[in-house]
Amino acid sequence: MKKPAETQDRPVQVFLPHRAGLPRLKKYLANLWGRRHFAAELSRAEMRAAHTNTFFGQFWLIISPALNAGVYFLLVSVIRGGSAGPNFFMHLLAGLFAFNFIQAVMSNGATSVTKGGNLVLNTAFPLLLLPFSALRTAFLRFIPSLVILFAFFIYFDYFGSHPQECHPSTGICTDLNTIHFSPVMFLAIPALLLIFIFAAGLSALMASVQIYFRDTKQLLPYATRIWLYLTPVLYYADQMKPWMLKCEILNPLYPLLGIFSETLVEGKTPPLTWWLGSTAWAFGTLIIGVFFFISREREFAVRI
Amino acid sequence: MFDEETGATIPHIAEREISDEIAISVQELDVTYRTTFEKRPTLKQAVVRLGRGKRSVKTVEALKNVSFDVSRGSVLGIVGHNGAGKSTLMRAIAGIVPPTQGRIEVVGRTSTLLSLGVGFNRSLTGRENVILGGLAAGLTKDELEDRYDQIAEFADIGDFIDAPMSTYSSGMGARLAFSVAVHLDPDILLIDEALSTGDAVFKEKATQRMQELVNNSSTMLLISHALRTIINMSTECIWLDHGKLMMRGNPEEVVDAYTEYVHVKKTSATMNDM
Repeated sequence: MKKPAETQDRPVQVFLPHRAGLPRLKKYLANLWGRRHFAAELSRAEMRAAHTNTFFGQFWLIISPALNAGVYFLLVSVIRGGSAGPNFFMHLLAGLFAFNFIQAVMSNGATSVTKGGNLVLNTAFPLLLLPFSALRTAFLRFIPSLVILFAFFIYFDYFGSHPQECHPSTGICTDLNTIHFSPVMFLAIPALLLIFIFAAGLSALMASVQIYFRDTKQLLPYATRIWLYLTPVLYYADQMKPWMLKCEILNPLYPLLGIFSETLVEGKTPPLTWWLGSTAWAFGTLIIGVFFFISREREFAVRI
Repeated sequence: MFDEETGATIPHIAEREISDEIAISVQELDVTYRTTFEKRPTLKQAVVRLGRGKRSVKTVEALKNVSFDVSRGSVLGIVGHNGAGKSTLMRAIAGIVPPTQGRIEVVGRTSTLLSLGVGFNRSLTGRENVILGGLAAGLTKDELEDRYDQIAEFADIGDFIDAPMSTYSSGMGARLAFSVAVHLDPDILLIDEALSTGDAVFKEKATQRMQELVNNSSTMLLISHALRTIINMSTECIWLDHGKLMMRGNPEEVVDAYTEYVHVKKTSATMNDM
């Protein structure tokens, strides 16, 4: 018999023993890119199945963050006695919406491979498409939150009152509503991009951890809640104890959510260290998550 | 040829010319699984295990030193008892399960129709699952759009195509799965017990379609416990026993040897379903 001849339509595939190592990256990435429509279609189908495509489904995507915003507004403006002001409310809202996005990516990403069941067992394809599809779904659901955020922004800019807070000893007063449109706001776009990249890495990482520990998804809400409390979202960074502020160097969300809130709400250019920190965390997490996933993904079919 | 159980006519596709090019080459293949008895590994169990200090790991040698070549255009039947490693062999050839030792070379696009059927998510409709399965298998959106009607028509499940797959009978699921697999224009088609749930009419239609594919010089690997299907459809046959390749040759001879080995008489019951 002749040796197999490779032709354009009939590529030769060689399967060799799997050592916990990386596949040939160029080929893998080409394959991944070639099947990107699968990830998009999967995300679309899942959103359809969750009734996101019906009127009330889509309506709910807007209503849910709006209701959340209402609850926080109540918390900040009414229960705390209105002393915190619009700036704090917007800081809270921006931080919480971005945090909810990251939380959703982690939780959907975790189950993306394990619930892929039959398809994973029956078809050979780059499995990284599954956590990336979960990322797409979470991001599309996050967009309405941005709309709500924007609506509040416009409200505070044009119609908001300007409460003052005066320091008891010095007598210097500060305006608690400094929200207005400025070109710095556009820096929120790269900030959001970094958050997205960070979330992509987390999604792949959580998907692989879930294969080995099936209770990951159940444990996640507790872990993320602690993470939220440790990140200056429900309070300002300068309200933290000095030693805790030092520990924030270990918290990726400190600079990531920091630059988002600072650019969007305060209209300030965040310090360079925050940008560098965010970039390092985002790409570091993406590289670690993706490499961890693809170095082990051929084992997943056996473990599912 | 007549299938005694279903009454369907099964044409012989064994008599045909076979190319002398290799389509699949399996060289000294070992596949070993390490499984724990825990059905779902959890962090909780890992912590409990840490306390006890032992881990119950079982090593399963699914395939041991299996080597064979399949030439293009041939139909290879695979027989063996449950757990002999037949499905593992298929998954290894499809590139889903990595070899532990050895090497597999596959020429061309493979399409798999394994025992679990089509589908990603049972809450999605048949149509969505067909598109997802096709995209995952490497088809482009345009190719899928072109073939979608053919796939739906061949599966012939009517309006169910737009209903969630959780509402399907097992036969409908199998029909859709088969239809997707044969319409992917595979160079190599891997079929694992696919025809066991279809009815007589569908079996005949499926066999015809498989014949067409083989005539277009596709290569086919076929797992079936219906030994008559193996004899009728394959040009060659291998017999696996506990992961070892016991015999390779003419389908009739291999089936004879296999039935003799497992001490069953070649009654119509065993020939149709074993």
